[in-house]
Amino acid sequence: MKDQGTYQPYTYYQLMETSLRELLVEKGVVTDAQVNEVVAAMRARQPERGAKVVARAWVDPAYKARLLANGTAACEELGLEIPALKLVVVENTPQVHNAIVCTLCSCYPRVLLGIPPDWYKSFGYRSRMVREPRAVLAEFGLKIADTVQIRVHDSTADMRYMVLPMRPKGTEGWDEARLAGIVSRDSMIGVAVPKVG
Amino acid sequence: MKPQFATNFPAVDARFDKGDRVRVRKTAPLGHIRTPFYIRGHVGEIERFCGSFPNPEELAQMRDGLPAQPLYRVRFKQKEVWPDYKGPDSDVVEIEIYQHWLEKA
Repeated sequence: MKDQGTYQPYTYYQLMETSLRELLVEKGVVTDAQVNEVVAAMRARQPERGAKVVARAWVDPAYKARLLANGTAACEELGLEIPALKLVVVENTPQVHNAIVCTLCSCYPRVLLGIPPDWYKSFGYRSRMVREPRAVLAEFGLKIADTVQIRVHDSTADMRYMVLPMRPKGTEGWDEARLAGIVSRDSMIGVAVPKVG
Repeated sequence: MKPQFATNFPAVDARFDKGDRVRVRKTAPLGHIRTPFYIRGHVGEIERFCGSFPNPEELAQMRDGLPAQPLYRVRFKQKEVWPDYKGPDSDVVEIEIYQHWLEKA
């Protein structure tokens, strides 16, 4: 039998979004085409943009220094337009592991990583990541040794954050494109680390 | 201290330097506040001066938010924030906080 789909009533927020959007269109504030354009642009941004930045920092120490000094300018160097975004890049080292959260809402470097995953916006992640980061990371399958400092960054105001993960062993001689291929979205949020193979 | 991101807004003078010990004001005004509840009243250390930005509490009231407020990243020891924190003493949480929420500790 052909799948006819299952009827689902709108949730409270879906209804609110549709009502507001239709009202804005009806009153001529925006057009449907403009809304579709923005949605398409948001969907088109994928974490590959961030991975490109990480891979460049891995192969070019001078670029890495500029990235840590001013993430916004360093992204623009690679042709990534990140209007109005103040990007702070935090570097993982053998002594420090960084992770990003926004406890107040769900601030996220969308222009580099795309639309945030649902768990990033969940109450569980947002409240527990500052309170018990080691337990949360373990649930993501990431065990951080007690000899490594965990720095949790609560993205509360005008900055946005991206983690610069450590380049894993076994990637010696790889070119930037191949390196970028192992940089996952989660590793740039700090709930995973890049792995080879 | 030079900010990480220079802005052109007319701004309040920056009062704190990297390494300064600061306490977050323990108060609960109404409105749109960017200082999380869990950090109010706690003492941390200025990690960096981000730059000066229009005050979001004013922006939320449809005002211009000027003069801009200096914004800092403040580093707090997890063990100080959560006395029952499970993890090594070295673990920290870093939060952006506007100057008008900070006082010298």
